Amino acid sequence: MIDKTRSNKAWLFVLPMTMLVAFSAIVPLMTVVNYSVQDIFGPNTKVYVGFEWFRKALRDSELHAAFLRQLLFSFSTLAIELPFGLAVSLVMPRKGWAVSAALVVLALPLLIPWNVVGTIWQIFGRTDIGMGGAALVKLGLNYNYTADRVDAWLTVLVMDVWHWTPLVALLCYSGLRAIPNAYYQAASIDGASGWSVFRYIQLPKLKNVLVIAVLLRFMDSFMIYTEPFVVTGGGPGNSTTFLSQFLTRFAVGQFDLGPAAAFSLIYFVFILFFCYVFYTVMNRVGQG
Amino acid sequence: MAEIILQGISHSYDEKRGSTAPNLALRDVELRWRDGGAYALLGPSGCGKTTLLGIISGLIQPTRGHVLYGGKDVTMLSSRERNIAQVFQFPVIYDTMTVRQNLAFPLRNRGLATAEIDRRVERIADSLELTAMLPLRATRLTADQKQILSLGRGLVREDVAAILFDEPLTVIDPHRKWLLRRKLKEIHKQFRHTLIYVTHDQTEALTFADEVVVMQTGSVLQRGTPEALFRRPAHTYVGYFIGSPGMNVMPCDVSQDAGGARARVGTHDIALAPHTGAGPAPSGSLELGIRPEHVVVVDGAGDAGAEGSLPVSVITVEDHGRFRIVTGTLAGAGDRRLKIRIGHHGPDRALPIAAGGSIRVRFPPEHICLYRDSKIVESGELAAAEPSP
Amino acid sequence: MTLSLEQVGKTIAGEVHLADVNLTLVPGTLNVLLGHTGAGKTTLLRIIAGLERPTHGTVRQAGVDITKRTSRQRSVALVYQQFINYPSLTVRENIASPLRLRGAANYQARVLELAKMVRIEELLDRLPGALSGGQQQRVAIARALAKGAEIVLLDEPLVNLDYKLREDLRDELRALFGSSTVVYATTDPAEALALGGTTILVHQGRVLQHAPALDVYHRPASVTAARVLSDPPMNIFTGVVRDGVVEIAGDLRIPIRGADGGAHLAALADGPYCFGVRASDCRLEPAPRHVAMQARVELSEISGSETFVYLRGADDVQFIVQQDGVYHHQLDEQLTFYLDPDRLLVFEPDGDQRLVASYHAPGNVVWPK
Repeated sequence: MIDKTRSNKAWLFVLPMTMLVAFSAIVPLMTVVNYSVQDIFGPNTKVYVGFEWFRKALRDSELHAAFLRQLLFSFSTLAIELPFGLAVSLVMPRKGWAVSAALVVLALPLLIPWNVVGTIWQIFGRTDIGMGGAALVKLGLNYNYTADRVDAWLTVLVMDVWHWTPLVALLCYSGLRAIPNAYYQAASIDGASGWSVFRYIQLPKLKNVLVIAVLLRFMDSFMIYTEPFVVTGGGPGNSTTFLSQFLTRFAVGQFDLGPAAAFSLIYFVFILFFCYVFYTVMNRVGQG
Repeated sequence: MAEIILQGISHSYDEKRGSTAPNLALRDVELRWRDGGAYALLGPSGCGKTTLLGIISGLIQPTRGHVLYGGKDVTMLSSRERNIAQVFQFPVIYDTMTVRQNLAFPLRNRGLATAEIDRRVERIADSLELTAMLPLRATRLTADQKQILSLGRGLVREDVAAILFDEPLTVIDPHRKWLLRRKLKEIHKQFRHTLIYVTHDQTEALTFADEVVVMQTGSVLQRGTPEALFRRPAHTYVGYFIGSPGMNVMPCDVSQDAGGARARVGTHDIALAPHTGAGPAPSGSLELGIRPEHVVVVDGAGDAGAEGSLPVSVITVEDHGRFRIVTGTLAGAGDRRLKIRIGHHGPDRALPIAAGGSIRVRFPPEHICLYRDSKIVESGELAAAEPSP
Repeated sequence: MTLSLEQVGKTIAGEVHLADVNLTLVPGTLNVLLGHTGAGKTTLLRIIAGLERPTHGTVRQAGVDITKRTSRQRSVALVYQQFINYPSLTVRENIASPLRLRGAANYQARVLELAKMVRIEELLDRLPGALSGGQQQRVAIARALAKGAEIVLLDEPLVNLDYKLREDLRDELRALFGSSTVVYATTDPAEALALGGTTILVHQGRVLQHAPALDVYHRPASVTAARVLSDPPMNIFTGVVRDGVVEIAGDLRIPIRGADGGAHLAALADGPYCFGVRASDCRLEPAPRHVAMQARVELSEISGSETFVYLRGADDVQFIVQQDGVYHHQLDEQLTFYLDPDRLLVFEPDGDQRLVASYHAPGNVVWPK
């Protein structure tokens, strides 16, 4: 491996950033750990309770429900976004000015701030002033995402697909561009059909890219907060309250910091675990 | 299998078909290849050989001209419709399939019966010595085996019109290249397909092909057997490109008189072979070409060998083990370099030659070629009783 | 300054890339590192350059231990297989960059001088992307020269170029490097012989031989060494010395005692040996003292002005015979070829198969340690 020249001056460059990160991330994290083992009645009244909150959290049925809801959501988005994104990348142009145009159009949803995405769909889905909602009602469908659970789920799903499919499409597109033309030529010479080309050339060569897409999307969707919160607020009832929102509601809403800290640590461990998996798979994929 | 004819092929990457264009990758190429022969397209990078192969295979539509397979105009047809096979610079195989499935793939796409597919696959695998590897995943093969597998996919289609090779030995280890060359020769002998091979390596081209087409900047310079290209290069570039090192070319003044033809190089007169063939004998300012292998070093010790010999000042002597390359300048002819290759078997193989010294050489008339504007006008070989190796 | 490697080895994840490398490079010499792909040449170059640290062993320059020094602290320049230049700088700026880093004044004159040496003086204001492969590699070489490093390393620099261009550039390269110590890695034995200088044979991570190119050619240290420096491959076959005769392929006999026998064969003790003879020492026409053998043609390979005929002889041994000129032979044609016993190399029959006797006069053969 390459050894970089050791230079003490370099530490000076890193120092301001280190302090900033320490201030905004590490110290608060340690505070959370501290709170998670205490029962907090007021700013000055804290009682040490050990792993009580963790035990309670892991037995909390509402937490379990939110976790399952979250898993269902993540898998649903993956099941839709992956094939859809792949399909989009297959039909995207490869040459000429249309390439730039297609890339820009595809990137637009990714550039929008997430709370704005939520706001867009919140208004779009309204049956009184929203184009989508009004159109659906005009077609005779009984659509109301504020009252009906299924409608709320579908709205949040469609919003997520709209928002994130372009990422999958762009990843797959770059993977497709990396396939040398000789493979397509050979397939044409062998008389392969379009489906065969997809199955035997494109899909195997996209394997690495698809793994990355899966892991990226799974991780991101597992942490989703802003968009569903803006659209449905977690409702109706609890039907679209996913894990991060559940946690926030508990911590900020009820101001019961102890259990909230415990929940957030459990959540942190989940994400850490997925990051580890992602990192390991990426490394192996990189070597393969 | 069919005769392949190229008529008036010109191509430019800038313009679409039907228009004239300034930047030609290929200029007016006319070639006719008979069925079942092995041909090579040889030339440096950028000479147009890969473009020409693309036009033959159907990957590229030429801006002008026609391609005919067995009399039928296929210029606008795709690769699949032309029924050709191609082996690329790097092995192109289907990673997820086994060797057997790879070989069977073109036949399955044509809807052949399973029994027939198996029969053909096994026959080709046997010829290519891949039988033991049939059940393995294709990715487990070495690079040269993968290239042979690519070739096999073309061979299983028994009615293939031609098999095209685009510098197929590029990724093969140097000491395994000869294995693939031998395999290609065997395959050609057994199946007699038309084979067209593109390369920049003269050894590959001369070993592989019955006939070699030498190209430079979009034009065909010469087309002939390896012997013809070596002994009678039609263009000074062919003389340079074939042979290691390339042909020595020097300006001269040719005159004819009662004593025969003579070329004057600097202050020396070199005897030429008598003129044969129709038309007047060439004379005037021409270029004299002689290959380094053909320059004979004479034993300068005695004056007997010195008659008709030319003095050369030696600049370097490189000993390559089985041959020596002497670089020197012909005295009285300016500082034009002359290269002499002394092989292991010639009469001059043991002569001591040192850098800084001086030797005497002869240019045997039967090995001298004369060029005007880089094109050949006379070859001493035609006059000789029999060509000497 | 003399560069030396002592007991250098490199193991990555259990795989041995280099082992027991002991080398001393004489300053100002051209050293050709010859070996197959994967033999360890690139690893060795990178260790000399300081881009990699050896797992064990020491690298010394003028006696000073530089093993732990990074490449920035060493006086080395490296030219790669892929033509590597700064893509956004012109040719002029590319060549000038090491000079400017050194803070040299009046570097423009030196840039022009170097450009002339590699024959690219008309291309100074172009970007590397607009140049051909050969031209880009010349820019890389000029930049390496500009650095004025004591050690110049070249890792198969011509392998991505056309065959003919390779020949032309090789001639030019030889004249370029002046007083630097050059280490040139290649897989092509013909290139090693063409460049001359000292040859370092590398095989499976070990140095097989380190000697002037022609010494290695005429006195290879072992069968493996003979195989590495052979283009075309050397003919290797086994035989037994018995009663003043070398018996090969069952019933062929080469007399070795007596006025006609090869002098180097005469001193052999009885017993089995491994023999080697080069294609250029075999021919298809009878010649005095040559021994006749029967074989079947597998391939005739034409290399410009010579033909190499690949034959399969008795006991399925492969032979390659050189013919001057261009000839075609039919596959499976039966031929008689003749080999010159005066040019046989004799090796031990097993183990390391080291050289026992060579037709070449004894010189300095460096045995692998």
